Amino acid sequence: MNGIHDLGGMHGFGAISAERNEPPFHEAWEGRAGGLLEVMTFPAGFTVDRFRYLRETLRPDLYLTQNYYEQWIYIAEQLLLEAGMISARELARGEAQAQKRNDAIGLDAVWGFLHDRTHSGRDLDSAPRFAVGQRVQAHNMQPTGHTRLPRYARGKTGSIVSHHGAHVLPDASAHGKGDMAQHLYAVRFAARELWSESANPRDSVHLDLWESYLEPA
Amino acid sequence: MTQHSHAHDHDHDLAHHHDIHAELPSDPALRVKALESLLTEKGLVDPAAIDAWIEVYESKIGPRNGAKVVAMAWVDPAYKQRLLADGTKAIGELDFLGRQGQHIVAVENTPEVHNLVVCTLCSCYPLSVLGLPPAWYKSAPYRSRAVIDPRGVLKEFGLELPAHVKIRVWDSTAEVRYLVLPERPAGTERMSEEQLAALVTRDSMIGVGKVAAK
Repeated sequence: MNGIHDLGGMHGFGAISAERNEPPFHEAWEGRAGGLLEVMTFPAGFTVDRFRYLRETLRPDLYLTQNYYEQWIYIAEQLLLEAGMISARELARGEAQAQKRNDAIGLDAVWGFLHDRTHSGRDLDSAPRFAVGQRVQAHNMQPTGHTRLPRYARGKTGSIVSHHGAHVLPDASAHGKGDMAQHLYAVRFAARELWSESANPRDSVHLDLWESYLEPA
Repeated sequence: MTQHSHAHDHDHDLAHHHDIHAELPSDPALRVKALESLLTEKGLVDPAAIDAWIEVYESKIGPRNGAKVVAMAWVDPAYKQRLLADGTKAIGELDFLGRQGQHIVAVENTPEVHNLVVCTLCSCYPLSVLGLPPAWYKSAPYRSRAVIDPRGVLKEFGLELPAHVKIRVWDSTAEVRYLVLPERPAGTERMSEEQLAALVTRDSMIGVGKVAAK
């Protein structure tokens, strides 16, 4: 979706404010929000793609102004509602309406999280369509759902730098359509192709792009 | 309230869920507390698991992991070669745990090439080797500018690169995570691997800084 999350190349956000010796969490509740979602994710089967899509559905003004972990609370609520693990009524009232279960996610989940070797790589029978060095053009696509092709690269021409194998397609996975794995490539775009002649001719931007995002140039 | 309902059948529910939020506490600390209490009451989660997760990111997984990888690559040319050929496998030799470390590509800074990592679409970050990302990495100024104005961004971090240096920006749009292998500073020839690791900063592994000899 052409959302506020797609920030690459935008102007007007001002200087970068870096904090010295920043702690992992500024307030205790940030850690609770992070931990709550993370320990639930693995056993509950939430996908990272759905997580990202839900964050993109935040109201644009909230996306830009809310604390990062506050956004995680919203995502956790949505994921839990979608999974049927809590009901809207329970969430609104803050009290359980069902019998207490006896299979709570416990310390094992943290062990599972730490040793999580699940990943987005998949085996695919079909051969990659593009070869390293080949010129490709990113589609000028405007999907209303989740995608990982940023606006600034759409319609632009670059070259294949490497083939990462096949990976789960976020555009499908974020919407419950399964893996639909495709070949994934690192693609190099000259800074001048993306940003016009004002960019340094030596600079470039690399994106990891799925096969269906690309066509031969 | 219907702004998202056009997107997809599966997403129709989202519109309804927005209504709930009017009833939820506006203070995030209270809101997460309410959610955690509800999940605990339902027997869905044990708060001890959340405590343990926090502990992991406060004390176990952080940029010290990445610094060990960098120092090892500086002192061991064979390891450096393995790291640049297959980052996931080479970092796997050190057995760093945690998510977001299943596909890692290490990119090498040289006197001619400077690499910079960003995630313009969200905040993807190599958690297993760098820990949780700093707030600025997740912020709109960094995410918007790193791709269009990398030299301006670097200048703000105190790094002014000569015009002949090629800047390669890596926008982490997939599950591949990028780790910058910074240049080993001059004057560190006699240092041990451990001493070298102590020099390596988080910023240098994102590409917004260089490693200094002291």
